[in-house]
Amino acid sequence: MILPYFVLLPLLAAFLIALLAGKKDDWAIALSFMATLSILALSVFGFITMREQTFTYAMSGWNIPIGICLVQDALSLFMLFMISLIALTSLCFSVQYIRHLAQDWKYYALFMLLLTGMNGVVVTGDLFNLYVFMEIALIAAFALVAYGCRAEEYEASFKYAIMGGFSSSVILIAIALTYSSTSTLTLAGIAQALPGLDQRLVMWIAALFLVGFGLKAAAIPFHTWLPDAHSSAPAPISSMLSGVLIKALGIYVLIRLFYNVFNAPPLFMNLLLIIGSVSIMLGVFLAIGQWDLKRLLAYHSISQIGYILLGLGLATPLGILGAVFHLFNHAIFKSLLFYGAGAVEMVLGTRNLKKMGKLAHLLPITAGTNMVASLSISGIPPFNGFFSKLILIIAAIQAGHPVYAFWAILGSLLTLASFMKVQRYGFYGEVEHQKPNIMPGKLIHAAMLILAVICLLSSLFIVPGIREHTLDPVVDVINNKIHYIELVYGRAL
Amino acid sequence: MILYLMCFALFLVGLYGLLTKRDLIKIILSSAIMGYSTNLFLVLFGYRRDATYAILTPNNSGQAMVDPLPQALVLTSIVIELGITALLVALAIRLYQKYGTFDITKMRSLKG
Repeated sequence: MILPYFVLLPLLAAFLIALLAGKKDDWAIALSFMATLSILALSVFGFITMREQTFTYAMSGWNIPIGICLVQDALSLFMLFMISLIALTSLCFSVQYIRHLAQDWKYYALFMLLLTGMNGVVVTGDLFNLYVFMEIALIAAFALVAYGCRAEEYEASFKYAIMGGFSSSVILIAIALTYSSTSTLTLAGIAQALPGLDQRLVMWIAALFLVGFGLKAAAIPFHTWLPDAHSSAPAPISSMLSGVLIKALGIYVLIRLFYNVFNAPPLFMNLLLIIGSVSIMLGVFLAIGQWDLKRLLAYHSISQIGYILLGLGLATPLGILGAVFHLFNHAIFKSLLFYGAGAVEMVLGTRNLKKMGKLAHLLPITAGTNMVASLSISGIPPFNGFFSKLILIIAAIQAGHPVYAFWAILGSLLTLASFMKVQRYGFYGEVEHQKPNIMPGKLIHAAMLILAVICLLSSLFIVPGIREHTLDPVVDVINNKIHYIELVYGRAL
Repeated sequence: MILYLMCFALFLVGLYGLLTKRDLIKIILSSAIMGYSTNLFLVLFGYRRDATYAILTPNNSGQAMVDPLPQALVLTSIVIELGITALLVALAIRLYQKYGTFDITKMRSLKG
């Protein structure tokens, strides 16, 4: 059983770093790399060997009605692969970037805790256990946002912690209501018990979950913490937060709850459509006026999350396919964009687009990868962003929602406009720069090049023949709403 | 029923403080009050009238027992809240060192 190792390995690494590494930063780096690489290998191995099966692992040998179970299916393995891939490149980027901030080993220990929390949320099959892992990830994220020890970072972290605390309270109330009405906390068990309940109560519970996890996913009415937290954090952490944290804690849980547990209630699917399209438009409008590069990218995260929610709200297989594909693509290109911003900030010490200017010849690799990511996020063909947005738009038209398709297209055009601004002022502008005294090293370039190549390669996910083995199993898990219960109980009993 | 309503009122007190107070410490306290009300809400669901504690002894066999699971959950949740409150207080101290005030309206490096 490989399932518990996704939680155990990073947790072990976090404590080993704190215990053994002491003042030796190289040990901390080596340990965290080892843990992340093994998780990546395990998730790839799991994805290849899984044959449309759901495995459950009963923790401490207690079976489902009593104990907590971990569930492994295509969706969770897909998320695990995405998380570990971004974590690995983020670690590559951190080695040079974090060196000038503060003590390294604390950073790596917190990073591993963040990874533990996210992996835990993804593998667990128990509602309260999910809450606990979510808090582990969040507390690590609060600390990491404040890691640079500047006033604005403390401010952003405080704001994030208050918003996080509020959403956790809402989620806990929803969990309490769920437990009192179904007498179980296992997700599959709740899914089984819900149809027999008063449907008004179920709708209230679902609404509380939507508010709580919508806050974590930073969809538009709940987005206020995101631009501060994501733009103030150190660059590798911004990429972790924007790339995977809002998806693992927000989108993934929403998918699990609203599809596998609540069985896609039409009212909430319509709500997701509205939230999604409002997020797309407002996010991109707020982004287009920004001059702080990282803040601009943070607002684009809101807009891109809107696309994912839109695809989920359509509730057709094609819409879900688009949402899952865009989930992966957004993790790749948004992380890459944050690395670019981080490299520029490290070299020039500024994030202001007006002060950046002529960087294309100074930082050729950064400029190149940033161009790839910009084209990808704006949806220009051969890059992955084009295909996922195309699928979403086609799905919206097929499902009979041409208005939402129109919003998606308009949002995509405005995204293109705002990234043309980034390229024009940020990398091909007029301001000349002297040769800086610090340059991005090999590992930073490696992190950026890996993701740039994946930006191109992941377009292949959609090619028939590859799609059957990558995206389709994930869509099946989401779409076979009731199947999940049978699978979990079938293995455990 | 009245207990649940009072618990909800406690939640609203916390929410009101969170939204209207400008002092960092008062915001932290409001956040904590909100957390307490949530915990109270959770543990109330395990309560049964005239029931005993959930440990089986020769004296109380056959009697109704309270539900022990919410109690275990609340313990976990209290520990988590303690961690978050400690982190918030640490951040408040650092913010005071940077700005020389606890007034949140005077902290304005982030906007837009």
